Amino acid sequence: MGETIRFLTPKAPVLARRDAIIADLKDLLPPECLVHEERALVPFETDGFIAYRRRPLAVALPGSTAEVAALLKYCHRYQVPVVPRGAGTSLSGGAIPEEDALVICLSRMNRILEVDTANRTATVQAGVTNLSISDRVGPEGFFYAPDPSSQLACTIGGNIGMNSGGAHCLKYGVTTNNLLGVKMVLVDGSVIELGGKALDSGGYDLLGLVCGSEGQLGIVTEATVRILAKPEGARPVLFGFETPEDAGACVSAVIAAGIIPVAMEFMDREAIAICEAFAHAGYPLDVGALLIVEVEGSEAEMEASLQSVIEIARRFGVKTVKESQSAMEAAAIWKGRKSAFGATGRIADYICMDGTVPLGQLSHVLKRTGEIVAGYGLRVANVFHAGDGNMHPLILYNINDPEEAAKAEAAGNDILKLCVEAGGCLTGEHGVGIEKRDLMTVQYRPADLAQQMAVRAAFDPGWLLNRSKVFPLEGRAE
Amino acid sequence: MRQFFYPRSEAEAADIVRAHAASKTPLRLAGGNTRALIGHPVAAEFCLRSTSLSGITAYNPAEMVMTARAGTPVREIEAALAEKGQMMAFEPMDHRGLLGTSGEPTIGGLFSVNSSGPRRLTAGAARDHLLGLRFVNGRGEPIKAGGRVMKNVTGLDLVKLLAGAYGTLGFLTEVTFKVLPVPPVTETVLVSGLGDAEAAIAMATAMALPVEVSGAAHLPFTVRHRFLGNRLPDGAATVFRLEGLAASVGARLQKLVSALAGFGPVSRIATPESRILWQEIRDCRAYADGTSRPLWRISAAPSAGHRIVAALRLEAGVDACYDWQGGLVWMRMEADPEAGLLRELIRAAGGGHATLIRASEAVRTAVPVFEPEAPGLAALTRRVKAALDPEGIFNPGLLYPEQGGV
Repeated sequence: MGETIRFLTPKAPVLARRDAIIADLKDLLPPECLVHEERALVPFETDGFIAYRRRPLAVALPGSTAEVAALLKYCHRYQVPVVPRGAGTSLSGGAIPEEDALVICLSRMNRILEVDTANRTATVQAGVTNLSISDRVGPEGFFYAPDPSSQLACTIGGNIGMNSGGAHCLKYGVTTNNLLGVKMVLVDGSVIELGGKALDSGGYDLLGLVCGSEGQLGIVTEATVRILAKPEGARPVLFGFETPEDAGACVSAVIAAGIIPVAMEFMDREAIAICEAFAHAGYPLDVGALLIVEVEGSEAEMEASLQSVIEIARRFGVKTVKESQSAMEAAAIWKGRKSAFGATGRIADYICMDGTVPLGQLSHVLKRTGEIVAGYGLRVANVFHAGDGNMHPLILYNINDPEEAAKAEAAGNDILKLCVEAGGCLTGEHGVGIEKRDLMTVQYRPADLAQQMAVRAAFDPGWLLNRSKVFPLEGRAE
Repeated sequence: MRQFFYPRSEAEAADIVRAHAASKTPLRLAGGNTRALIGHPVAAEFCLRSTSLSGITAYNPAEMVMTARAGTPVREIEAALAEKGQMMAFEPMDHRGLLGTSGEPTIGGLFSVNSSGPRRLTAGAARDHLLGLRFVNGRGEPIKAGGRVMKNVTGLDLVKLLAGAYGTLGFLTEVTFKVLPVPPVTETVLVSGLGDAEAAIAMATAMALPVEVSGAAHLPFTVRHRFLGNRLPDGAATVFRLEGLAASVGARLQKLVSALAGFGPVSRIATPESRILWQEIRDCRAYADGTSRPLWRISAAPSAGHRIVAALRLEAGVDACYDWQGGLVWMRMEADPEAGLLRELIRAAGGGHATLIRASEAVRTAVPVFEPEAPGLAALTRRVKAALDPEGIFNPGLLYPEQGGV
């Protein structure tokens, strides 16, 4: 298909030295940890943003911080670009490599190093998957709160790179609010530690800066995260509304009433049909919009919170209220929601947008989104985190039809501009990657971007780390 | 101080900064000046204050977001929020009692020191609630960072970098932050007579229960009398806060009380008094004693706090109390701050950092107020400072004079 997003031109001197570089890298890693044969590189060509792919120079699978440090030191010395990678689930192209880049993939560094229940922390290697932390600390009554939909596969390192959120961040916050410390390797191969087990760290909040920096500032190899006491119970309830506007108004009213459920998820008619066909979660098919509201606590607490929410929902003409009666039903409700992207992928190719808008703008933006996509002659399914205004319109298209692909990309850009105009931002949790890079100028003025790039340069002045990402290629200081 | 500047607009502030950058003339940045005694004394003849940049510019309670100019008094913000039944959930500390300062704390000052109270345990710190800001960098350019939505990963998070930077990276002009509903009921469970080590275990036990404890503090017998007008029961007081809807708090309270009964005599403090107690804990009433005796604020792993204090007690006269499940230690020294020794003990106990939050000017000149950084990190700190304030004119030397003037 025709590509509209540009990558930097690969560095010719690096490409010319490919064989020599691979030979050198073999000295830095055990042989099975360096991938360089053409066929073996294919799986690393793209990530969750599958419309773009590039074959990397090579892929390194380091097993320790020391190996990552040796790799970066080498790449820094010979000016070889580096693309960090976790599980490759990025939806914005954050892990898509380039022909002159060494991919440093942390998936082998997947050990949980320490669980400290007295201090409620877990220290893990960056390649540990999100869900495996909760799995490990669950039996002791704890969990790790951020829960992106890809939590079965995605790694903590990737979560830190993108400052990932999830359905339950309305109450528990996103990655940055649950991260206490990291060990990271800087571009020159030096190793620093930020934070630790204390709730705040001294000096500048470099931990806050690194979280969400999309692999631009260094490579995180270990992380210390907060674990929390697991609530006694959690119960999702389905609310079916006539129109998306009713559902949106209900969300605002619940929050205005001072009730903060753990999660409030929205789906429109299209998304309901897709997810129900896949997960058989018992979603009502005769409604225009669905809210999944989850409350937690003891039986009495859940009952009390639910009654308040139900009362508010009635004011907005709720058509269906369906409480889960068992753990299996509850799991099915969440399975439907969390498989929304996968289920959509079974019926069409899609681009997933991630703009966030102020809560008061939800209804307006939702309506305009529908109009924009229809204007391009395409279909859209909306599923999103309603409680925090983080929208995920899925624009359906056929990836093998170049014209349709271009339309889908254009519709997506229009939607993101709409989000910014409504007082929101381009991306709530998926990151800028390559996908939204050229729209950064919609949200930020040149001076704002120049300031961010100056801070970036304090870490990587030579633009070696994930260099085609985040910042528009034009206007970069060399 | 030779001259104070009170810009009335961001553009005016930018002009002032630009002129000072051109002549490389240092500026002391300040809001209400109630936290100006924190840090190393700054050598500057000119002071740039935000107090004329005042007023709430946007507040929609249904969106739980507020925008205010940096010099807006915290009092004004709290009043506007209270009117709508909302609050800053991170419980910003009022430093006036502790530092013996007067004047009006500003919202910009609060975020500049990342001031967070007891609810830090569950609600996060000030920096976690700060969604966006506008500031003037050291080149005199107005910069916007972040936004006004709850989730935003668009570009580098300069918002967090500026929060807690003590005015060394930029002059804040406007802040946008998240607010939350005030819980209708606040109850406190109090366990009497525990030693510091037992209290640490009791607090860890409570935090591991699914009862959402939103405050866990230990007030040893030496400070207990300073709280609630000396009306707390005799002996040390280990206190736990539960908040929320009445029915929910009631149910959780029972569970918490039965889990703590084995530790010592348990009593309860109801809503109105509870609110006052946690405000006093927030403001470190224990050592708001009208003196300038050296006071440390130590942040460490919760179970390490009391160990650090016990180890230092073998060498020096100290008095301490604890918040954040024991991970935040306020420690008053009888005489010398013993900075080197203390920091060695923190390292030995697994790490953390100590800030000499209060001391005479002479002591603050001689002793590293903030935790010195390892060489690699210190170099990075210098580069980050230079990226925002290349001429080094904002509060030079306030944080790390020994690390190249940051």
